[in-house]
Amino acid sequence: MAKKLKKVDVVVVGSGWAGGVVSAELAKAGYQVVTLERGKKQDRQDYIGVKDELRYTNRYEMMQNLSPETITSRVKMEDTALPVRTRAEMMAGTDLGGGSVHWAGATYRWRAIDFELRSKTIERYGKEKIPEGMTIQDWGITYDEMEPYYDKWEKTAGISGEPDPLGDKRSNDYPNPPMLASPAVKLFKETAERMGYHPFQVASGNLSQAYTNPDGEKLNACMFCSYCTMYGCDFTAKSDPLATVIPTARKSGNCEIRTNSLVRRVLHQNGKATGVMFTDTRTGIEYEQPADVVVLGAFSFTNNRLLMLSEIGTQYDPTTRKGTIGRNFNGQFNITFLGARGFFEKKKFNLYAGAGALGGTMSDFAGDNFDHSNVDFINGGGIELRQYGDGAISSNHVPRGTPKWGSEFKKNSVHYANRSLVAWYTPAVMSWWHNYVDLDPTYKDEYGDPLLRITNRYTDHDRNMAKFGIEKCSEIMKEMGADIVDEDEVPEEFDHIYSGGHYAGGIIMGADPETSAVNNYLQMWEMDNLFVVGGSAFPQFGGHHPTSTIGALAYRAAEGVEKYLKEGGQLAEAKQQTLNA
Amino acid sequence: MTEPRQPEDTQNGISRRNFMKNTGLLAGGLVGGTLFGGLLTNQLQKPGESTDSGKEDGHLLEARIFFSNSEDFLILSAATERLFPKDDLGPGAIELGVPYFIDRQLAGEWGTNAKEYMKGPFLQTGAVDAYENQEDMDQDKGPNAETQIPTPAVRYQTPMTRGEIFLEGVHALEKTAQEKFETNFPKLESEQQDEILQMFEEGKARMNGVASTTFFNLLLQTTIEGAYADPVYGGNRNMDGWRMKEYPGPRMSYTAEIEAEDFIVMKPESLRNYQGH
Repeated sequence: MAKKLKKVDVVVVGSGWAGGVVSAELAKAGYQVVTLERGKKQDRQDYIGVKDELRYTNRYEMMQNLSPETITSRVKMEDTALPVRTRAEMMAGTDLGGGSVHWAGATYRWRAIDFELRSKTIERYGKEKIPEGMTIQDWGITYDEMEPYYDKWEKTAGISGEPDPLGDKRSNDYPNPPMLASPAVKLFKETAERMGYHPFQVASGNLSQAYTNPDGEKLNACMFCSYCTMYGCDFTAKSDPLATVIPTARKSGNCEIRTNSLVRRVLHQNGKATGVMFTDTRTGIEYEQPADVVVLGAFSFTNNRLLMLSEIGTQYDPTTRKGTIGRNFNGQFNITFLGARGFFEKKKFNLYAGAGALGGTMSDFAGDNFDHSNVDFINGGGIELRQYGDGAISSNHVPRGTPKWGSEFKKNSVHYANRSLVAWYTPAVMSWWHNYVDLDPTYKDEYGDPLLRITNRYTDHDRNMAKFGIEKCSEIMKEMGADIVDEDEVPEEFDHIYSGGHYAGGIIMGADPETSAVNNYLQMWEMDNLFVVGGSAFPQFGGHHPTSTIGALAYRAAEGVEKYLKEGGQLAEAKQQTLNA
Repeated sequence: MTEPRQPEDTQNGISRRNFMKNTGLLAGGLVGGTLFGGLLTNQLQKPGESTDSGKEDGHLLEARIFFSNSEDFLILSAATERLFPKDDLGPGAIELGVPYFIDRQLAGEWGTNAKEYMKGPFLQTGAVDAYENQEDMDQDKGPNAETQIPTPAVRYQTPMTRGEIFLEGVHALEKTAQEKFETNFPKLESEQQDEILQMFEEGKARMNGVASTTFFNLLLQTTIEGAYADPVYGGNRNMDGWRMKEYPGPRMSYTAEIEAEDFIVMKPESLRNYQGH
């Protein structure tokens, strides 16, 4: 029997950008908040002096321990899903601040068309442009409605950047100027410009200067030490929840953050959430935390699994294409981030230096910025060249044809260690009726609860888009003067590697309860006092990195929770749409 | 310096010529004196006794803590040296301490799969092979391609831990050497060792429990890691791996260098320097 704790206004599951923003906003507004985090307590001091590539990049120090729980994966409905067993194949953030602490910092708003993708595509190209089986849909919110939330999150995070020349309307500039550009980034931008494109500096969560955010949190200027992606910043120069919303929540005096607290069920009665059940992972003791509002702000996998284990909502069934929980699994995997690597004989770059979001980009082939009449896909993405700062283990890029080991490998890997650059395409990944999540029938976690199962496969549409991007990247890389240009190959099928953290969907937002689980406040259609926040809400992916959209949605959800606490009821009006798919 | 062994090489099944070639005594002889000194001292030394304790680089941390059988360790060492050989550019795997690096990795959390999902049922051997086709996963793919290990990862569907895979793998290297050349793996000529390693790389060698590619990929991954990880893990000795690549090691800041057009070479520093000891 779980021990029952004192009821609070709001219980939040997860402490990353999603859970962290909601916790801070409601605590600031005077509500009693309890935030539950499965991982351990972490703060900046834990990262000082640990610039260690092996431990963080190769051994996944900041990622979830998979021994108690992982996911299973398969390509087709007929296949038996197998567990994704190692942290080289499955990276999900853990500990206070979640995956938001090890993010690189690249910050993009999604485009106006991303939020109304289905209707705008039909408007411009006709219904036939959307292939049979593609289940993309409008978000139930427009870019103009999202804009103030993007703006708010960018100010909280102190984003450093310059506006995209082909971007949508902004109410304000980024709060900080762009980062310094390295010669590699300059070369990319100058080349793209010469080719008639519209390059700009990647907007960054690695700060270009010291900054105090509207909540009074102080951040420092980035030192380009290169330990961003997969690392916590030891200098408070990368904006993350540990540097921003978590201290803000704490300062309010209204938010209690409990680490080592693994939420296992959302409790509910008569169509209303009553709280959550969690286990203290150090003692194994189960607790019940009652609350007026429950907010799931965890990684998309966890949000999905918690609803399924708690039997809330209707599980999506691909054979009938009905049901909303688990629908439209999407994200960025090995079909995205493909491009071309250039090897330079006469140039040597200081590639050991860098930052997670130091880079140049262009959106000439993103969204609807180019005419799709003669290409066999819709939407698109950014082209990026980033200088993360190479570690010594990771800087073993060699021209194709070099053996993978032995003296020739050694010779080439040493020679090209500071002479190779890569440009890649970050296209939007569309949703399909056959890509979804549910509970696995065989494999279980340490408590005997079923694991989450992912069914995901590629279509010709995905492969066409990837091929298009690879060609564009290759042209740019050649124009940049690379002596050897190696193009990535388009993978035939999903490889079950869940690295990178860009996995989304399942609890998607929309205007129609038939095809979406949450409304545009991230409030569940079927349970008014349950909000599900994060990448799980994306009906399909945008053509850029997801973090600022998650941050913006969290501000939107926080507003919704407050509105609900004051007024109750459904905050959005359901609109029936023509069923797509 | 790198390998605890008896003064008479033949006792351990390794030819002096190959041993010397592998450790670089013939080619280059970069630290020849030190190497011999260390080697001889090691032989005379009683367990627990320390010799060059005053030296920062006294290799006091060097002893096998995973491989209980010294022959296995010699096979491992010989294999790593073929994957990352000594040449004009600098030391190879043995001189960099890679075998000890691997030994320690296997003794710890990673080698025991402490943080991996190891619950059954497991898809058994024959069917496992289909998932070990590494062609789909190369270093240039994936959102964190820049930070990924440079060797192909394979899907892991076996109850064996990495430590167990390494032991099986080393035994399989030896068995293959016996079958093919009727000689111990460490005693073979370099070309013969390469031939065997290539069989493992291509999945043509026979192993128990996992495909030989699985072992080969782990071996290659850890060899590269051992050459380039921070020296605190026992490899990349003297930061010589970093020197070859002109990699400066962990630093507080590159703000002064980030805009520089010319390549800047710095003397490498390790975590030991960075953490201020």
